[in-house]
Amino acid sequence: MSDKLLKVDIRKELKEFDLDVSFELKHGRLGILGPSGCGKSMTLKSIAGIVDPDEGIISLNTGDETLYFDSKNKINLKPQDRNVGYLFQNYALFPNMTVEENIAIGLSKDEGGNTVSEMIKRFQLEGLEKRYPRQLSGGQQQRVALARIMAYSPDVILLDEPFSAMDTFLKEQLRIELSNSLNDFDGFSIMVTHDRDEAFQFCDELIVLDQGKIIAKGDTYEIFENPKKVQVARLTGCKNISKIEIIDDYHLKSLDWGVTLETSKEISPNITHIGIRAHDFVPASENDVNVLDTTNSTLLEMPFEWQVTLTNGIWWKSDKQIDEHEFVIPEYIKINPKDVILLEE
Amino acid sequence: MRMDWSPIFISMKTASLSIFITFFVGLIVAWGIVKLKNDSIKIVLDGIFTLPIVLPPTVVGFFLLYIFGVRGPIGRFFIDFFTVKIAFSWYATVIAAVVMSFPLMYRSARGAFEQVDSNLLDAGRTLGMSEWKIFWKVLFANALPGIISGGILAFARGLGEFGATAMLAGNIAGQTRTLPMAVYSEVAAGNMGDAFNYVIVIVIISFIAIFIMDFISIRKEKQWKN
Repeated sequence: MSDKLLKVDIRKELKEFDLDVSFELKHGRLGILGPSGCGKSMTLKSIAGIVDPDEGIISLNTGDETLYFDSKNKINLKPQDRNVGYLFQNYALFPNMTVEENIAIGLSKDEGGNTVSEMIKRFQLEGLEKRYPRQLSGGQQQRVALARIMAYSPDVILLDEPFSAMDTFLKEQLRIELSNSLNDFDGFSIMVTHDRDEAFQFCDELIVLDQGKIIAKGDTYEIFENPKKVQVARLTGCKNISKIEIIDDYHLKSLDWGVTLETSKEISPNITHIGIRAHDFVPASENDVNVLDTTNSTLLEMPFEWQVTLTNGIWWKSDKQIDEHEFVIPEYIKINPKDVILLEE
Repeated sequence: MRMDWSPIFISMKTASLSIFITFFVGLIVAWGIVKLKNDSIKIVLDGIFTLPIVLPPTVVGFFLLYIFGVRGPIGRFFIDFFTVKIAFSWYATVIAAVVMSFPLMYRSARGAFEQVDSNLLDAGRTLGMSEWKIFWKVLFANALPGIISGGILAFARGLGEFGATAMLAGNIAGQTRTLPMAVYSEVAAGNMGDAFNYVIVIVIISFIAIFIMDFISIRKEKQWKN
């Protein structure tokens, strides 16, 4: 089998900022993580051909190369000719068509029948063939939308915040379903999300976007472990971020929390901030390294964790059992020097 | 005196042909305007297409006479090339009805199109549907209730058209005398009884048209919603 490659390198002037995104995808699933309005959806829509970038190149290689878009050579393939499946946030099922009709709509008459029944079976939609989208549950709608895309056997599947409009229970169920359906798919998939859990769960590789620019790119685990930039740390769910003053190679002073901390990594001069994940603190005694005093902290009980807020603003989350309702805040907590994340502005 | 049936036939013919033209032209123009990206051109065109309903019908009739009259550009053209005189012929009643009912159809269709989720159209595109198929199967089908109500209004407006028709087509018995014209003529001549008969016919036709179209749109909507 030949190597597959999806190449995207585009620029587009938008009202608030300029979009400037470039990446190459060789296999598997890519996630684009970013706050709302950072240009994520615009990127997806450009790949699908729904929106035209101002300049750049989008190409797909699956054996032979197809240029979707090339501003230099004035190539701009219509969405109809790109063979890209797009899962919309609201699924965009045609309300005037039944489940069957929705799935068959992109197919030619002779291939239609077989593919539709195959998809109905694969996405467990038996018995719902004659129903209209409004008569389906959220999960069934998502399956129909996926079946409709898969029937068309796309090379690339684009997922535009597929869970953002759902309650938590449904969301967790559908994540599993979607994940399973995508496992059978051997093309590219790109998911856009502002939710770090979704990004972490779905994507092998990650791009973090802010104001139209890529601020981090790489392996998902790597980015979560070592976010490197303040914005990335925040988007990957780091609760405690502080401006710092460097004392020496392994010591720094947090300006927001008023404490001095030791690090295990050498602090290079371009480090301006540190991040500490709320789960990384542990109870300690007064003489330990990187100790914080918890006097006058506030305590908040959640179903599965205690949330402690120190007077200097630091958050600490400690796991608990559902039937546990008493918690004595230890006098001191500490952070292991290796868990102090060094960040650049 | 026996009742003259010709106004009924003339009106039926005029209203049917004009709603046929208005319906399709209105749809396509509305689609074109919705797809238009340049806002200032959009506003200007929208103004022109809506104008007939804002202006007094006699003023519209005046303009039509200017264009389709024997000395008007299009009127001249038809006389020279087809030896057809448009003004004060039956065609004139159709032109007047189309122009006067067009804004209602156009505006309703446009509003209905704009209500359709644009994601549906994009979804159609990524699924490989042709633009024409997207127009009929997605846009038109989902805008249908609004389009039908626009059609009803346009039909009623065409059937009741008086002012512009009087200016461009006149009131020639057996040729351009439509029902509203006939009502006017009978009342002017003091024949309230005959006028009343025409009024009854207009009311019945209008009611049946509305009933049929409403029935279709309500049934369609129920089908997808429950």
